[in-house]
Amino acid sequence: MIEELGTTEQGDLVINLGPQHPSTHGVLHLVITLSGETIRKVEPHLGYIHRSIEKMCESLSYRQFIYVTSRMDYLSSHINNHGCALCVEKGLQIEIPERAKVIRVLMDELTRLASHQLWWGAMAMDVGALTPFFHAFRERESINDIMEETCGARLTMNYMVPGGVMADIHPNFQKKVKEFVRYFNTKIDEYDELVTDNIIFKSRMKGIGYLSPESAVSYGCTGPTARGSGVSCDIRKLYPYEVYGRVSFEEVIDGGGDCFARYNVRMQEMRQSVSIIEQLIDNIPEGEFQAKTKAVLKLPKGEFYSRVETARGEFGVYIISEGGTTPYRIKFRSPGFSNLSALDHMARGHKIGDLVAIMGTLDLVIPDIDR
Amino acid sequence: MAFLKKYISDVLGAARSLLKGMRLTGYYFTHHKEIITQQYPDNREEMKLPERFRGEVVMLHDARNEHACTGCTACELACPNGTIKIITKFETTPEGKKKKALDTFIYHLELCTMCNLCIEACPTDAIKMAQNFEHSVYDRSKLTKKLNNPGSKIREGVE
Repeated sequence: MIEELGTTEQGDLVINLGPQHPSTHGVLHLVITLSGETIRKVEPHLGYIHRSIEKMCESLSYRQFIYVTSRMDYLSSHINNHGCALCVEKGLQIEIPERAKVIRVLMDELTRLASHQLWWGAMAMDVGALTPFFHAFRERESINDIMEETCGARLTMNYMVPGGVMADIHPNFQKKVKEFVRYFNTKIDEYDELVTDNIIFKSRMKGIGYLSPESAVSYGCTGPTARGSGVSCDIRKLYPYEVYGRVSFEEVIDGGGDCFARYNVRMQEMRQSVSIIEQLIDNIPEGEFQAKTKAVLKLPKGEFYSRVETARGEFGVYIISEGGTTPYRIKFRSPGFSNLSALDHMARGHKIGDLVAIMGTLDLVIPDIDR
Repeated sequence: MAFLKKYISDVLGAARSLLKGMRLTGYYFTHHKEIITQQYPDNREEMKLPERFRGEVVMLHDARNEHACTGCTACELACPNGTIKIITKFETTPEGKKKKALDTFIYHLELCTMCNLCIEACPTDAIKMAQNFEHSVYDRSKLTKKLNNPGSKIREGVE
C-alpha cells in the first residue's frame, strides 16, 4: 500500500526521499514514515529508470544483446557482459581458449576494483566526508585508462563476446596493470588511514543497520551485503567459473552484520582483487583470444542459466531458447534489487541520518535495480 | 577512576585518528606534484586518446578516393540499434556483367552506442572507429552522416 504524504493517524510523518536526491545515487524514490526522527518504515518506489531491457533483449541476437547489459549495472559492466557471454557459451557448448579466460578474469577484477573504489568515495561522501571521493577517483582513473586502451571505452566496454574477448590485450596492458598494482598497494593503506580509522566514521557505522544472517538469506541478499552478515555466498568460490578455481584468494566474510562489517568486507575484497591480479598478470597463456564461432549464433532449444559474482553480488542470466537466432525470453537476476529489499528491515528504528549510511553500504546502482 | 581513564584514552584516540587523516590531507595540500587533474579544453593539442578508443565510425579512403566497402550489409545486420543503413546500386563492369556496389553508407551517430560490433562484422575492414569524441552540433540533422566520399569507388581486388 502506498502511504499518503503528510501526517498519519498515529501522528507519524510521511516524507519523500528522492527521486531527485543526491544521496540516493540516481533516481531511487523512498517513502519514509517517521516518528520524530526515528524511521518506522521505508518503502522504495521503483520504475523511474525502467528501460525494459529484458524485453529489448528478446529482439536482439545473441551477439547483440550483450552490449545492453552494460547499461544495467554500469559500474561492473564487464562482469555483466561476462555473465551473458558465459550463458551463451553454455548453450553453444563451446570451450573458450585459456588466454581469453585469463583476460576475462583480469578484466573482471579490475572492474571490481574500480567499482569498489567508486563505492568507497561515494560512501564516505554520504556520511559527510568529501575528500575521499577525490582520492577514489584518482585511482579509478588509472583503471579507466587501462580499460580505454584495451577495450576502447571507459564504462560500457562490450569487450566480452561469445567465444572469448573482442580484441587481444594492448601491448602495454601488462606493464600498465603492474604499474597500477604497485601504485594502488600504497594507496589502499591511505584509504584506511583517511576513513577506516576515523573516529567519526566509525561511530556512524558501528551498530547501524544490523542484518542477521537469517534475514540476509531470506531477503536474498548476495555479495558483500550478505558476506557482511557472515553468509558465505561468493560465486567465485562456491561455483568457480573461468580460472577462479585455480587462483588462490580468500572469500572475505565478516560476521558483524552492521554497516561497518559491510564496509570492511568491501575494503578487504579490494585487497583480494589486487592479489588475484598479481597472480594472473604474469601468467597470461599464449594463444588465441577468441574461439571460432559461426557468424550467426543459434542456441539449441532449451533453458540455460549461468551466474557470476559482480561487485554487488550474484548476477544471473536465464535464457529460454526456441532454437532461433534471438532468445525467446531472458531474465536477469540482478543483485541490487534483492539487496534493496532488505533496506526496510535494516533501517527500522534507526534515525533518518543513518538511512543514508545504510544505503551507502548496500552499494546501490539504480539502473541495476530497475533494468 | 577506571571510567575516567577510559574516557581520556578514548578522547586521545579519537584526536589521534582525526590527526592521522588530516596529516594525509596536509600532505596532498603541500605536494602539488601529486595533482593529476587534466585541464581538458586547454590541453586539446597534447591530449592523446588510445588508438582503440571508440569515438565514431568512419570509412577508410585511400589517396585515390577508393574504399573497401562491397555493400554486403554485414555491419547493418550486426548493429543492434539500426545505426547503419546501406543503399546499394548495380554497376556494370567492363566485361558487361552487372555487379552490386555501394551507393550510400548512412551512419546515424545519434543512435550509435559505440559497441564496435559493426567493425567486428566487416569482412573487408572498410570501416573503423575514429578517436574524435567532440560530437556536439547545433542541429540534429548534422549527426546523420554519409560515410563514403562523393565520387569514391571500390578498391580493385576487394571482393
